[in-house]
Amino acid sequence: MANSLHATTVSGGSAGRRGGPVRWLVDWIADLGDVVIGWVTGLGSISVFSFQTLQWLFSRLPRKETLLPAFYQIGVLSLPVVALTGTFIGIILAVQSYAQFRLMNLETRLGAVINMSLVRELGPVLAATMLAGRVGSSMAAELGTMRVTEQIDALASMGANPISYLVVPRFLACLILIPCLTVMADFMGVVGAAYYSVYVLQIDWFHYIHNSAQFVGLFDLFSGVVKSLSFGAAIALIGCHRGFHCDAGAEGVGKAATAAFVQSFCVILFLDMVLNILLDAIYLMLWPRAPSLI
Amino acid sequence: MVDRSQVAESVEPLVRMEQLGVRFGRQQVLRDLDLSIARGQTVAVIGESGCGKTVLLKTIIGLLRPTQGTVCFDGQDVYRLSQRELTRTRIRFGFLFQQAALFDSMTVAQNVAFPLRQHSSRPEREIREIVLARLAEVGLPESVVGKKPAELSGGMRKRVGLARALALEPEIILYDEPTTGLDPIMSDVINELILSTRRRHPVTSIVVTHDMHTTKKVADRVVMLYPLTRLRPGEPQILFDGPPSQIDRAEDRRVRQFVQGEAGERLMEMRGVNGGGSEEGLGIGD
Repeated sequence: MANSLHATTVSGGSAGRRGGPVRWLVDWIADLGDVVIGWVTGLGSISVFSFQTLQWLFSRLPRKETLLPAFYQIGVLSLPVVALTGTFIGIILAVQSYAQFRLMNLETRLGAVINMSLVRELGPVLAATMLAGRVGSSMAAELGTMRVTEQIDALASMGANPISYLVVPRFLACLILIPCLTVMADFMGVVGAAYYSVYVLQIDWFHYIHNSAQFVGLFDLFSGVVKSLSFGAAIALIGCHRGFHCDAGAEGVGKAATAAFVQSFCVILFLDMVLNILLDAIYLMLWPRAPSLI
Repeated sequence: MVDRSQVAESVEPLVRMEQLGVRFGRQQVLRDLDLSIARGQTVAVIGESGCGKTVLLKTIIGLLRPTQGTVCFDGQDVYRLSQRELTRTRIRFGFLFQQAALFDSMTVAQNVAFPLRQHSSRPEREIREIVLARLAEVGLPESVVGKKPAELSGGMRKRVGLARALALEPEIILYDEPTTGLDPIMSDVINELILSTRRRHPVTSIVVTHDMHTTKKVADRVVMLYPLTRLRPGEPQILFDGPPSQIDRAEDRRVRQFVQGEAGERLMEMRGVNGGGSEEGLGIGD
């Protein structure tokens, strides 16, 4: 009996050793499968969510009572922080670039480079990043709390569609106001950089303004606005989606708010890359003899 | 002798569930549930936390899609309705949520007026009159209309929730643990409101609760659900279905233990004395 027990144990042990690497590999594949399934499910979920948002947007416009608070929360309350961000970006660009341009005696061209960087790249991306934190996280936390406290279920139980009532107004506000806020951030950056360059760095104002006006064209402004439109849509959809699929409890709401910011930031950078390539192709198609934008 | 619940069931039911099953991932919460609720009946659904009572309510109103079986409301399968039909059906329901689920950003008046504004084009003056009438019905003074939900006590929030549920004069009201978290006096106030609502409006009511006082006071039929994790394979999930007067004498020992609030066997299970090491549900659909 003892022998047979011992044999069983030994054979079980050797089986365990034989099964070790195989088991490890199977576990690893299962974990990888879980991650892939999670990603695909998440992507599918946000795609369906975005499609439903667009469907409701075109089938029924939200009421004034839901639209105005969203515009106020997203637009008006974001004004100070976006204005401040824009101003500091402009000044920082002036401070950073001045020494290099002075070495080449090109300091009067400083405005052109700063304005170009601001309008085409830094303004939209940094304003969107700031708004992903302020607006995206706040939407995820607010809607997440509504999910956890059954307010979203209450809306649905009273025959109101939660996407139409909660998501569409926020989506519209982001889509319309984030480009406006970006233009304002650009403007504040241009003014901040000009003020610092002319009054602190003592660059001749006439040449500064003359060169700035020559370099930045309408297409640059257009590309900045196109980018901020897509960033605005992404921030709204990701923030609302995270809120709608929030896990239970305070921890779930916290995680939803964090995930909304992190995901929005990654998507902003990805969209920026794609749009840069796309807009450059459009630019070359419209003006074939012009040098590439990137 | 034929009891009142059996008589009511012989008439065409307002809500009918057939072979209903709900699963969240790997966790099955409801299984093969057959339940019919007649018009005008007040049914109390009782059972331990995690047995799927709230899930059952949310499945009836179309908030949670069942993984198996059908839910019919007034002869129509709730999950085969178009979005528009589902909206029209939901208007016929009133739902009092466990924590009232009042909208934080709105005042009491705006909360109660919400379904009226959403589904009717009544003038503001008429809406205000209805709001005040509903609030008076649940015993709330006019002075609360401008308050936000955060400024109200638990009992007042529940009453505002009930006023909102009654706003569109529903045919059926779903109560999700209406007395949980309230003091005994306020619990009785809510019980009386459920009874007075039934007297004023010809409603069907489904009351999910684990408060036996509420059950015996308001219900004319009791359905007891049991958590699937603690059922034997193949055993039906409904352990008791009958009038409240008979629940104390139920044949099943688990029903009597629940009614009398005896934890003896459960404690032994939890300590692993029985070797079962029972697992508490994940808290879904308490």
